[in-house]
Amino acid sequence: MNKTLVIDPKLCTGCRLCELVCSFKKTETYNPARARIRTIVFEDEIAFVPMTCWQCEEPVCQEVCPTGAVMRDEGTGAVTISVERCIGCKMCMMVCPFGNIQSDGSGELVVKCDLCGGDPECVVFCPTKALQYLPADKFTLARKKRIAGKFRSILEEVEW
Amino acid sequence: MFGWMGTILRVNLSTGTITREKLDGKIARDYIGARGLASKILYDELPSGTDPLDPANLLIFAAGPLTGTAATSASRYNVVTKSPLTGAIAASNSGGYLPAEIRYAGYDMIIIEGKSEEPVYLWVHNDQVKIRSARAMWGKGTGETEALIREETDDEAKIISIGLAGEKLVRFAGVVNDRERAAGRSGVGAVMGSKNLKAIAVRGTGGIRIKDVAAFRDAVLDNLAKIKSGAVTGEGLPTYGTAVLVNVINSHGILPTNNFQRGEFHGAEAISGETLARELLIRNRACLACPIGCGRVTEINWEGDEERGEGPEYETIWALGAACGISDLELITKINYLCNEYGLDPITLGSTLACAMELFADGALTVEETGMPLNFGDGQCLLEMTRKTALREGFGDVLAEGSARLAEKYGRPELSMTSKKQEYPAYDPRGSQGIGLGYATSNRGGCHVRGYTIAAEIVGAAVDPLTSEGKAQLLIDFQDFTCVVDSVGMCLFTTFSLGLDDILPLLKAATGVDYTSESLLQAGERIWNLERLFNLREGLGRQDDSLAPRLLQEPLSAGPAKGNVVELESMLDEYYELRGWDGEGRPSSEKLQALGLG
Repeated sequence: MNKTLVIDPKLCTGCRLCELVCSFKKTETYNPARARIRTIVFEDEIAFVPMTCWQCEEPVCQEVCPTGAVMRDEGTGAVTISVERCIGCKMCMMVCPFGNIQSDGSGELVVKCDLCGGDPECVVFCPTKALQYLPADKFTLARKKRIAGKFRSILEEVEW
Repeated sequence: MFGWMGTILRVNLSTGTITREKLDGKIARDYIGARGLASKILYDELPSGTDPLDPANLLIFAAGPLTGTAATSASRYNVVTKSPLTGAIAASNSGGYLPAEIRYAGYDMIIIEGKSEEPVYLWVHNDQVKIRSARAMWGKGTGETEALIREETDDEAKIISIGLAGEKLVRFAGVVNDRERAAGRSGVGAVMGSKNLKAIAVRGTGGIRIKDVAAFRDAVLDNLAKIKSGAVTGEGLPTYGTAVLVNVINSHGILPTNNFQRGEFHGAEAISGETLARELLIRNRACLACPIGCGRVTEINWEGDEERGEGPEYETIWALGAACGISDLELITKINYLCNEYGLDPITLGSTLACAMELFADGALTVEETGMPLNFGDGQCLLEMTRKTALREGFGDVLAEGSARLAEKYGRPELSMTSKKQEYPAYDPRGSQGIGLGYATSNRGGCHVRGYTIAAEIVGAAVDPLTSEGKAQLLIDFQDFTCVVDSVGMCLFTTFSLGLDDILPLLKAATGVDYTSESLLQAGERIWNLERLFNLREGLGRQDDSLAPRLLQEPLSAGPAKGNVVELESMLDEYYELRGWDGEGRPSSEKLQALGLG
């Protein structure tokens, strides 16, 4: 079963290490402006949400691409963009409902998360486990267990 | 260049001239960056005797060669200038996101010269640099200023600004960035205000180049594992923030209470990190690239409204709490939020109020002067005086000068808890001798982060805090190492888990310079001596390497450190000798030559 890049904003402290190591892996420079992952900072609430490609099952970016440059990597399940086929029309960027495909003006036409070939660098470095790379069933089971734990402790306190 | 961006941005506000200068490779190597490199520039360019609030003073915002990389907690910069509080060199440190943005915009540092006729802000968008009117922001708090400037510039801009305290030239005004981070100490915000510079907005989209990509990545991963498994960096600070220290320090009998009259505070538990985590904490916040995340996102219910902000930190909790005999954590948090809005250093603010409270208790100050009673334990008066100080309103105008000038004015100079006119932080040195020598010899006046011997004397319990033996060498090791940490752009808190040999591979891989442990530590010693030379040139000397008389003459009356005073003179003699300085604290010519300062 393919793994999923799982994001838990509750654990995110806004350190943006994910952006730094992503840009370093992809460009060999530290440059958050070129990272494929972004931590959105809500200044008033002081809250953080990392955002990157969700690797949709039915990617609209793939549907809209006129040259077939958007493909699925069979090994990882990542939606990838072939540099050879891409003509830089940016239609994928325009239709992505999440804003997770970008053109960073660096010469590369459009860029997005490709799960680093199955070993996402952001997950390697994330210090709080706000980012994890897990089989989808493991993630849902872990969350079920966490919520069930809370449910159980409340049940024990309440008399019927 | 690798590591360094290689460019210095210089802006003269008197003439409106904007220039870019190439960073000299040898000077960069010898002084590393941030605190070290900016101190070198200040030393070379600022004529001695310059009034800190004169347009001739320089104000330097300097990042290090690791700032903005993934190196653990490498988020920092230093604001370097001549201090209006102390007359000595000021290097005030802050993290957040802004310091790295200066580097992404292509610069290692920004030097501000001169004075604008009108309030302005600087807008740095990569290589596009403009001086713009700040009329719309003048008189506003730092949060509102950031929001207004972001509307005029770029949604992604990172911003440094001063609040009302900086505009009003309060001698302990700080410079706030990213709304909640501050280069708080030594009055660097007053220097910014004196230049009519309200803010600097920065947006950078360039990258930092690293010489040895693979070696750098390995070193980061290695350090990350050490930080995560360290007791302080992996557990204490993430769980309770810096306030984890309240109970620790109180249990050692060195939590200074009521202006250092006692070392134990009955209200410590109520203002502890544990209480903060239980009552006010929403979540942790980290600066850029920081795996520790000591920042506290907190929420208080204030006069019926919910307010959210960051902090308070340990030092703030102490200064606004124990130092003034106050144990209301929600009130302390509210005043901390106000300090961020006004751009005020809460350490000096609290300590100055504590001094005023003792003057009031002794009858040296009366309601006639102050306008209201100033009693230890009175939180409402602290709240009111915070506002008055930031605005220099009424008695606040006197408080805005800091405790040294306050106590002098009312004839009791011994009641100011300062060295070189800067207020002490939250450790009574009578029960931790090394930090006492640290306060006395700190190049920026009373301060804990020039040589944090507390890490060895109290937190790590590696040495006996009550003996003065061996403390001179211990302090020197801390001071020189800290110069390195501050100059590369990393956070001092990493040093609870990392040593010089953990920073060395990062710096070598980033810059390609063949540093060794010896040459790197020597760079730290060089920086310390250069700061010393700056202060000597300004007329400071042995007589200023002193402590408040209370710490030398009045033994602590209770607790584990009962009966102790600071044994300063013997430690100071040993310190000078080990430093290679003469009896007056002047570096010998051999020492200067060895450091390349001759």
